[in-house]
Amino acid sequence: MISNVVLATGFGLILTGIWGMLTHRNILRIVIAFSLIGTGTHIAIVAIGYVANGTAPIIDRALSMTDAPAYAVDPIPAALVVTAIVIGLAVTAIMLAYAIRLYDSKKTLSIDAFTESRW
Amino acid sequence: MIRRAGITVVVALFGLVFASVAFHHVERQSLPPLSLSYVKLVPQELGAPNVITGILLTYRAFDTLGEVAVLFMVAAGVGLVVGAGGRLGAGSHVEAREQARQASEIVRTGAQILAPLIAIFAAYIIMNGHLSAGGGFQGGAVVASCVMLLVLANPWQRLNPDFLGSAESLAGVLFVLIGVAGAILAGGFLDNRVLPLGAFGAFFSAGAIPVLSVLLGVKVGCELSVIIDGFRV
Repeated sequence: MISNVVLATGFGLILTGIWGMLTHRNILRIVIAFSLIGTGTHIAIVAIGYVANGTAPIIDRALSMTDAPAYAVDPIPAALVVTAIVIGLAVTAIMLAYAIRLYDSKKTLSIDAFTESRW
Repeated sequence: MIRRAGITVVVALFGLVFASVAFHHVERQSLPPLSLSYVKLVPQELGAPNVITGILLTYRAFDTLGEVAVLFMVAAGVGLVVGAGGRLGAGSHVEAREQARQASEIVRTGAQILAPLIAIFAAYIIMNGHLSAGGGFQGGAVVASCVMLLVLANPWQRLNPDFLGSAESLAGVLFVLIGVAGAILAGGFLDNRVLPLGAFGAFFSAGAIPVLSVLLGVKVGCELSVIIDGFRV
């Protein structure tokens, strides 16, 4: 049940991001929408790794080594998401760098001003 | 108007797909075989209580190495795209400096008090990566947030690029050397069993994982600091 709710939250963020990316004309807002899509994807991936009544896969007093296979959530999506967050930050940094460059060339951040690469 | 309608249709179609996935998703009752073996093997064979760190820094440490390479490329790419000199002509740097406001006293004092605390917290997160939630990536991001705060407080205090560059390269070289040592002395590239595993759950345990964690933290912290520095005029 709870993983469905979290999954729906993640998908909601992705939808918000897609909508924002398509409606807004300001490059910075498009970058923000792109980050929203990324965050939503991370939440969805983590939600898929949830095991019913599971807990974090960290062995300590609360979760003994023998209990772990039965009560731990899937560690692989979590490990993937740690990777994905860092890559998401890297992509955002590159996008912002290009936004600065685009602003320098046209002195505006509106995507409508950049007609050369239009099809 | 037509554009709006088109966007609404696209978003609605995506929403339909997502809704059907979210509603028909059946919560797992047990772990899939691969995850099950990771949950069993990381504590038993690697001696790391945190399964995720065990995966990130041993079983899939090669991915982690590739990922810090990506971060390095981004740091270089940001420097290339927004790099000093290309963006503003010579001389306008000085002009921009004179125009810029100084940070307020609240920010400067706050940074002085908070920066050491944030740095200690980052060290804690990095060093506890094998025991509880944390690790090199997370701690490195906290280091970068400390750098960000200092940049906000002293906007014209340049970061030392030589120090950042050499610390980052040194951490990278040591990371790869430990990986090669793993290939020679233990089971394979970046195997953590080159160092003694120690007592399960102790601070100095889990073989090379804490060392790799520290190196990763230094590398990520330096790379993110270089990225932050790249965005300044």
